[in-house]
Amino acid sequence: MSRRPISVSIDRLRGKRPEAGTARRLPGDERSCPRCQSHFRADEIDRNCYVCAVCDYHFPMTARQRLDHLADGGVWEEIAGELRAADPLRFVDVQPYTERVRSAEAKGATEAIISASLEIQGQPCVVAAMDFGFLGGSMGSVVGERFARAAEVAVAHGVPLVSVTSSGGARMQEGVLALMQMAKTIVALDELTDAALPFIMVLAHPTTGGVWASFASLGDVTYAEPGALIAFSGPRVIEQTTREKLPADFGMAERQLEHGHVDAVVDRRELPARLGRLLAILERPPHDEAQSLASQLAQNGSERAARVAQALPSLSRRLRGRPGVADRDAHAADDA
Amino acid sequence: MSASTSSSGRGGRFVRRIADRLHHSETATDDLWDAIQLARHQDRPYPLDYIARLMPDFEELHGDRLKGDDPAIVAGIGRYHDAPLAIIGQQKGRDAQDRAYRNFGMPSPEGYRKGMRLMDMCERLNIPLVTLIDTPGAFPGADAEERGQGGAIARSMMMMLRLRVPTVAVVIGEGSSGGALALGVADRVVMLENATYSVISPEGASAILWRDAGKAKLAAAAFKPTAANCYRWGVADAVVPEPEGGAHLEHDEAARLLDGYLSRTIRELQALPQTERRRQRRERFRRLGAVREVTGA
Repeated sequence: MSRRPISVSIDRLRGKRPEAGTARRLPGDERSCPRCQSHFRADEIDRNCYVCAVCDYHFPMTARQRLDHLADGGVWEEIAGELRAADPLRFVDVQPYTERVRSAEAKGATEAIISASLEIQGQPCVVAAMDFGFLGGSMGSVVGERFARAAEVAVAHGVPLVSVTSSGGARMQEGVLALMQMAKTIVALDELTDAALPFIMVLAHPTTGGVWASFASLGDVTYAEPGALIAFSGPRVIEQTTREKLPADFGMAERQLEHGHVDAVVDRRELPARLGRLLAILERPPHDEAQSLASQLAQNGSERAARVAQALPSLSRRLRGRPGVADRDAHAADDA
Repeated sequence: MSASTSSSGRGGRFVRRIADRLHHSETATDDLWDAIQLARHQDRPYPLDYIARLMPDFEELHGDRLKGDDPAIVAGIGRYHDAPLAIIGQQKGRDAQDRAYRNFGMPSPEGYRKGMRLMDMCERLNIPLVTLIDTPGAFPGADAEERGQGGAIARSMMMMLRLRVPTVAVVIGEGSSGGALALGVADRVVMLENATYSVISPEGASAILWRDAGKAKLAAAAFKPTAANCYRWGVADAVVPEPEGGAHLEHDEAARLLDGYLSRTIRELQALPQTERRRQRRERFRRLGAVREVTGA
């Protein structure tokens, strides 16, 4: 019998491009890692923040899982959850758009994004998290609107906006109106800028097309998850159009860091701590914050933000209880 | 609908005429495919053709001051009705050599950065800006990606949105994808009668949605990207008439019709206070889209 040790290495797998949603379904609640084929029970994956414990592959996450993972105690309050996709073009490709939406909704999500107010490591903020599982995370009117509402709630309460993207780009089935959502997210960020509030981006796999070419590119600080594909044009489109042969790591987070398009590649398990530290760095002294918000709202005539502040039943009870938050609400209401 | 169309009776009547004509053919695949072909007609006037007719004294600028110059985007300043005016537009080529030189009107990040250089100048020198949109989309290349294509488009939109000077965006041919919208975040967005505006080119949609390059006709029919439809959806504020038969037949007349709209609209916009212009511009893009609200969610 040979005494030679068997060498098992996953190094050659680390550079492989992960493909969202390709995890092989196993009987029961087991799943296999699409990169290294290791098997896990669902609760094991869940406990490890949907990261493979063997090769660090980052599994796709739904928006709900993302918010549960980021929010202190898993507590978050949804914003504009009542919005659903309409079908302005009565669009039909190989399947009517309304049918696509219905089957996507049947899987449990209401759209490709959830906006929510919550706290990350004690820092109040608004998070807009995307869901690749809902029609490829594509940005239609509801995604644009929920993102804009998230920014408006952030402005109304004087808290930062954080977004986690996972999207193939604009939702083609809504035609030119989907394209216009890119501009809508820019308007939302403009309001945030006027209120001197930070916008933090987390790029998850994949962030491409119209989402990368709008708000996702405009983070004041931009993190990316390991192995995430980040590009305006996807590899397939580029290879078809230009006949270029692309390197295997084209557009991957690590390469985007090299090219200067992201600030850091952050492992998902460290994300709450990194975001919490960043938000703490950016937090302003309470009196300074309150004054600047009131004056900014007045100066820029952000009636919409002031209206939002008034109309909101509560950001969240825990948030309201914080010193400083009540002041900010009072100022926003005065301004209306 | 919007202030600009209600204040220009002629534009309104005209739009209705086109809308009537297209009403019955809204789902007629062949008609919509013809519309796409017309918007891309190689004899249609391109930005430099309009510039030569609208402002003979024009200084074209070159280079983004970072890396290079992108011939797919033309940017410069000219004398227009006794005042300076800045123009940025996507330029296609007419013959094979010119088309390759202009990269088929598909801009690179350098092109958008050249545009932003000009926007910055507009802001400092208080010069109104007109953009002329005509592109199948931003260039999809590995180099362009590395040099920040997505970020260039996003920043161009943000910069246009924040400008204090009056801005007008005119879709003169085919406006496809973020590569078009990068120059489209203006006080007024108008389309020429035979122009199209869409989230992606029919060929791109065909490959992605049908997974078959041959379904471009069906994609065109599904998107219905005509000027009349864009006006109906609120994406275009007005439709500017073209000469009988199309702008490709009569460049001088096409320029004259555009001139009439532009000069009046720039005057109207200049009459508004700066803060009001910015507020309306934000509001214009903030409200676009179609959603359903469900109760009890």
